[in-house]
Amino acid sequence: MMLKRLLSDDTPRSRVLAALLIAVVLGLAFAPFIFPGVKALSVAAKVLVFIVLVASFDLLLGYTGIVSFAHTMFFGIGAYGIAISATRLGAGWEAMAVGLGASLAVSLVLSFAVGLFSLRVRAIFFAMITLAVASAFQTLASQLSDFTGGEDGLTFKLPELISPSFEFSEEPFLGVSLDGRLLCYYMLFVAAVVLVLALLRIVNSPFGRVLQAIRENEFRAEAIGYRVVVYRTTAAVLSALFATLAGAMLAIWLRYNGPDTSLSFEIMVDVLLIVVIGGMGTVYGSVVGATLFVVAQSYLQDLLKLGSAAASDLPWLSVLLSPDRWLLWVGVLYVLSVYYFPTGVVGRLRTRASR
Amino acid sequence: MKFDFDWKPLLLVPGLALIALVFTGSFSTWLTLTIAGLAMGMIIFIIASGLTLVFGLMDVLNFGHGVFIAFGAYLATTVLGGMSDWATTDSLARNLMALVPALLIAMLAAGALGVLFERFIVRPVYGQHLKQILITVGGVIIGEELIKVIWGPAQLPLLPPTAMSGTVFWLGAPIEKYRLFAVAVGIVVFAGLAWTLSRTKVGLLIRAGVQDREMVESLGYRIRRLFIGIFAIGSALAGLGGVMWGLFQQSVVPQIGAQVNVLLFIVIIIGGLGSTGGALIGALLVGLMANYSGFLLPKLALFSNILLMVGILLWRPQGVYPVSSR
Repeated sequence: MMLKRLLSDDTPRSRVLAALLIAVVLGLAFAPFIFPGVKALSVAAKVLVFIVLVASFDLLLGYTGIVSFAHTMFFGIGAYGIAISATRLGAGWEAMAVGLGASLAVSLVLSFAVGLFSLRVRAIFFAMITLAVASAFQTLASQLSDFTGGEDGLTFKLPELISPSFEFSEEPFLGVSLDGRLLCYYMLFVAAVVLVLALLRIVNSPFGRVLQAIRENEFRAEAIGYRVVVYRTTAAVLSALFATLAGAMLAIWLRYNGPDTSLSFEIMVDVLLIVVIGGMGTVYGSVVGATLFVVAQSYLQDLLKLGSAAASDLPWLSVLLSPDRWLLWVGVLYVLSVYYFPTGVVGRLRTRASR
Repeated sequence: MKFDFDWKPLLLVPGLALIALVFTGSFSTWLTLTIAGLAMGMIIFIIASGLTLVFGLMDVLNFGHGVFIAFGAYLATTVLGGMSDWATTDSLARNLMALVPALLIAMLAAGALGVLFERFIVRPVYGQHLKQILITVGGVIIGEELIKVIWGPAQLPLLPPTAMSGTVFWLGAPIEKYRLFAVAVGIVVFAGLAWTLSRTKVGLLIRAGVQDREMVESLGYRIRRLFIGIFAIGSALAGLGGVMWGLFQQSVVPQIGAQVNVLLFIVIIIGGLGSTGGALIGALLVGLMANYSGFLLPKLALFSNILLMVGILLWRPQGVYPVSSR
């Protein structure tokens, strides 16, 4: 019962999906102990950040049915908020709070302005205008190098407690040293769990139902008496705020931020791919999709490298299988899934279970 | 139609140029910037005209337009590279013998690619905006990766033929010859389009289809078939524009399509989705604005175009020439 309330009554509704989700949550919860090593922990942290980022994008794409290309802009604002305040104000908790607050405020104003401005006219304007605004913002961030560190980005220090150099005890626990890095990981884990549950709460609230009604038929929703512009803009703002929080998580984990790590268009493409392949309009799709994608991105490329080497007799095949071209294959998978499985992995599992 | 012609947007272009003259201060600098802006604007117009017609006729928003730009530009590097001795001699005739085939091959190939793109990517998702955006973005991802497979991920040089590089002096202002050529090509394309749209039967059908598709269909014309033609021509123009853009920038990168796409969207939003005349005005404004602000406030170059768009949308929320019934 308790669990059902936590999930806002939106249970997985498929045994396979439930098993997958439990595996993901357990895997992430005990990642430092199950998968030791620096790279594995970084991958797990990236998974956490992406789950929040992708789930927040799904609120917009899957539930409201509007496409934004400025999602990484808000992600970047969150990351730069932490980075800039930590660089300017020093390594304190107050600095982090100030950075987080300021970036949330900036995202709020910016997303409200973009949303109100473009959604008032037409939903497809939003896609085009966010693309333009995001690319302008990206240029701006690398131009204002005094403030943002330009292309080089910013490397900064955070409070001692969550730095790798801080040791809680000399003795390693179950073979894992108890340092600030571990604490930082669990901070992110708790943040991700809370944020995903909050998103589940939002999409299953009456407000979320209205969003889905607008997605299905804008005209009818308006006719019933819901102000479509207001609901869409609110969804855009909420999604931007969650993306900002995800950006802050990224910056806290990396203790570095630059245009390529948080603002680049490649991340936007990744997010879009994950949402569609995982399943639009299901928060669980983001959890499953982000985990699969990030793990595949980090490890599957090694596999492609093997394939590329094995195909070295056929030069063209070898080029196609090169690890740098892995986006080609994900792109093909994405196009196929838009055509044939528009509800993604999660939707597929759910229809199979309900049959 | 002639007597209630809306002339106000036409004043925007000279208006912007005059304002810039005040801020620039020096006439020769201003002239250089204006020619550069007009050249850039004309190239963007060549690319944007296809995009806006495709949208106007079938309500298809093609985020994959950039693929044709990149494809055309890369083909031109291959063709011009293969004819490098003709492209680098000093004779204009021989230069043209190299450049014209490069432009034509790029157009034909991009047009053919457009037909395939329409058939396999766009056709299954007619009438569904969300899926159109998603699927054409997928087309961009795949197209960009395939270009990297064929031509490699690095930046390639694409220089204008010798007789068209270098500068001439006019009224004391240095002007790159290639920019004059770009303006000329742009005028030819615009004249061709304007003539087709206003003086031929096909043009009449296109204009009517943009205004009210169902009515034209109910009169017995096959808009679908017309649309495939428009899509192919639009892609061919994007290929042409891609070559011109690559020569303008003197290099091509696989992301060229994505870079131009941003400008394209600003242009067609300013112009009014579906309007060819609006696209011309939008393109010239964006080209001029990019060059003026690149000189006056280099850090804000891209931002100035967004401000321009915001300003115009506050004045006319549907763009300067709104297309009716949408």
